Amino acid sequence: MEWETVIGLEVHAQLNTVSKIFSGAATAYGAEPNRQACAVDLGLPGVLPVLNEAVVRKAVMLGLALDAQIAPRSVFARKNYFYPDLPKGYQISQFELPIVARGHLEIELDDGSRKRIGVTRAHLEEDAGKSVHEGFGTMTGIDLNRAGTPLVEIVSEPELGSAREAVAYMKKLHALVRYLDICDGNMQEGSFRCDANVSVRPVGQSSFGIRTEIKNLNSFRFVERAINFEVERQIDLIESGGTVVQETRLFDPDRDETRPMRSKEEANDYRYFPDPDLLPVAVHAEDIEAIRAGMPELPDAKRERFARDYGLSPYDAGTLTATRELADYYEALVAACGAPKLAANWMMGDFTAALNRSELEVARSPVTPAALAQLLTRIRDETISGKIAKEVFDAMWAGEGDADAIIAGRGLKQITDTGAIDRIIDDVIAANPVQLEQYRAGKDKLLGFFVGQVMKKTQGKANPAQVNERLRARLSGD
Amino acid sequence: MSLTSNEVRRIAHLARLAVDDREAEGLAAALSDIFDFVEALNNADIEGIAPMAHPLDAEQRLRPDRVTESDQRELFQDIAPAVEGGVYLVPRVIE
Repeated sequence: MEWETVIGLEVHAQLNTVSKIFSGAATAYGAEPNRQACAVDLGLPGVLPVLNEAVVRKAVMLGLALDAQIAPRSVFARKNYFYPDLPKGYQISQFELPIVARGHLEIELDDGSRKRIGVTRAHLEEDAGKSVHEGFGTMTGIDLNRAGTPLVEIVSEPELGSAREAVAYMKKLHALVRYLDICDGNMQEGSFRCDANVSVRPVGQSSFGIRTEIKNLNSFRFVERAINFEVERQIDLIESGGTVVQETRLFDPDRDETRPMRSKEEANDYRYFPDPDLLPVAVHAEDIEAIRAGMPELPDAKRERFARDYGLSPYDAGTLTATRELADYYEALVAACGAPKLAANWMMGDFTAALNRSELEVARSPVTPAALAQLLTRIRDETISGKIAKEVFDAMWAGEGDADAIIAGRGLKQITDTGAIDRIIDDVIAANPVQLEQYRAGKDKLLGFFVGQVMKKTQGKANPAQVNERLRARLSGD
Repeated sequence: MSLTSNEVRRIAHLARLAVDDREAEGLAAALSDIFDFVEALNNADIEGIAPMAHPLDAEQRLRPDRVTESDQRELFQDIAPAVEGGVYLVPRVIE
């Protein structure tokens, strides 16, 4: 039987505010346990939550970027459940009236075509604390620093047809929150994570199959592997006569499989109701327009502009706008060197390779756009060849100074003095009489041999075009 | 609308309330009476009236995104039953 996969993603993005969603406690990552958990975060009696302005603004930015509806009034609700890292016994979330609804995001598929994925809603909520199960004997340790960190949960329609599409969607969303600067996007620290709802059905069937939910996927690779495993598991199960059980599962990256999260699944019954501590959140049309006016250029618009203004191919423009940091670096580089194509080639070639080798983010590059621009300018004014430039770049990356200093220090300046090149050519011809005779007898491809010898003697510093031209003349005996 | 004692036990469990079978019977009757009372609202004409999320006709006030709370961990942990190395300790919750 032919099977079709249906996936919906719930992405949790921590909003990068300095204080929490309902309290003035700090949100900085990595503090000592419970040093950033105040009375509101602890749910002590008598406290009142007060909503953070930046949280609302960032959610509206996301909504606008997703071309979604911004609710003029949205309502916070209590989601009731018991877990020690949720001190109040309820999570403040949004249920019936989320701040953002009915948006969409366009993803690029492997074959280059584009697919529009619906975004059902995006709602605001508070993060829970962290439970530490190791190291406290028969007890569990609770760190509430994360409790009250603002989250936006972005729920997609079940319109993703494969693990690859799910990853493409998640990457697109990740780039978007980074462009908007509403989330730091750090997946290792859990700032951007997702739950995947996965089901399968026979091709042609219109109703959905029974779905399972894979919780807490915190890397693109895990999303792909977990979904692929789960799809295969469900198909095998159904084809061997079983039925899929609706349940929550966890992905184990070491064993590359998903497992049920709890042995005894309790039906979720969160008994949502509007939180009486919080009034409805109003977002007025003039607020929305003010936020829209302050929005940065978004990835799709930037990609189109790069292709148009810099004459880049769609692929190059896509690569260079994949992250805001990369795009900003590229624009600074082009502004400083004035050579869009040369800059694009260098960034996608040696620059990216060096970043990968050093396992660095663009922002941490030891070579600044201005420094790289100086190097590219030396290629353009023929001070050095493209080949020598790679050597200079490696030295710059290693911290040996700027391009001009390295070129001068290592004596890498291209030899353009024709007299000097002629002398070297004469030496090479004199040293290789046999090859000279063969060349003159018609073996033209020996020209390459002579060019190689001259380049070797000049340590690559001669201008290749010039060497070619003069060698040809000398070898012919002119 | 009437509530069964099974439903009462389930709700009590979700709210982590200890309710024995005899209490459940009584609560089922009492809660059913409350539902009947509230059900009178179904007779009200609500055509064109927006659902109300809060009894006050006001908007949520927002606070600026600033850190205003200082660390009071020691004070808070003074009243906790068990702490170690800055974390609160609770009975082990994983299976």
